Amino acid sequence: MLFRRRRALVCRDAVAMVTDYLEGALAAPDRERLEAHLSACPHCSAYLEQIRQTIAAAGRVAPDDLSPEALDDLVALYRNWRGT
Amino acid sequence: MTDSDEALLEGLRAGDEAAFSALVSRYQPRLLRVAESLVSNRAVAEEVVQDTWIGVVRGVHRFEGRSSVKTWMFRILVNRARSAGGREVRSLPVDDDDVLEGRFAPSGAWSDPPEPWSDAVDDRIVAEKLAVRVKQCLPRLSAAQRQVVTLRDIEGVGADEVCDLLQISAGNQRVLLHRAHARLRDLLDAEMKGT
Repeated sequence: MLFRRRRALVCRDAVAMVTDYLEGALAAPDRERLEAHLSACPHCSAYLEQIRQTIAAAGRVAPDDLSPEALDDLVALYRNWRGT
Repeated sequence: MTDSDEALLEGLRAGDEAAFSALVSRYQPRLLRVAESLVSNRAVAEEVVQDTWIGVVRGVHRFEGRSSVKTWMFRILVNRARSAGGREVRSLPVDDDDVLEGRFAPSGAWSDPPEPWSDAVDDRIVAEKLAVRVKQCLPRLSAAQRQVVTLRDIEGVGADEVCDLLQISAGNQRVLLHRAHARLRDLLDAEMKGT
């Protein structure tokens, strides 16, 4: 398999490795191959950047507001639970 | 100053209603959105979250601080969701996972490469819009993908803890995350082209 390991990555492979790369799950030789590909490929670099932006956008998803009624309901239930 | 989760749990242990109220304010909406990823509809999710609060109140004496309060509550939630019939197969669109199908030439190089997003993506207003779009798109992910994205990306739970909560392997979790990110990127791409 040595020749496969040394083969340069194609874009399809690079894209398939993006998550393992971001998760720190790539072995060093694979990480180096991917980074070599990224430094030469603007398309895959753009893709990786967009995946990062996507993760950042997900991190900004705000929870819904809690309605005062929902809070009151739960506090009323709490009084029951505590009373039992 | 805002009380820490641990301080609120301490209060709850002492039977302090204000501590319960503060915990609910902090976590009810977050428990609900995780619950919505675990069960099939909002009504069941609300029941599961209410059950979770019972579990929190009754189990507070058993919390040993080995995990964060957040993860402890999510664990109760996941268990309650399972007993409520969570993870049932949902009527979701077929999980045609490869959103990049057809974007590569036979050589493996891009035939239809992604267009870089404009710098507007760093703009606060655009960033907010993308976050709203992600939220709208969550129902279009498979149930398992949505669970992983909700816990990892939205709630910020670590990879190991998510594997433990959902009882999936690290490799499986990365596959789900990979497909979910590819799909969400695709949906945000349409949004960015419209800006």
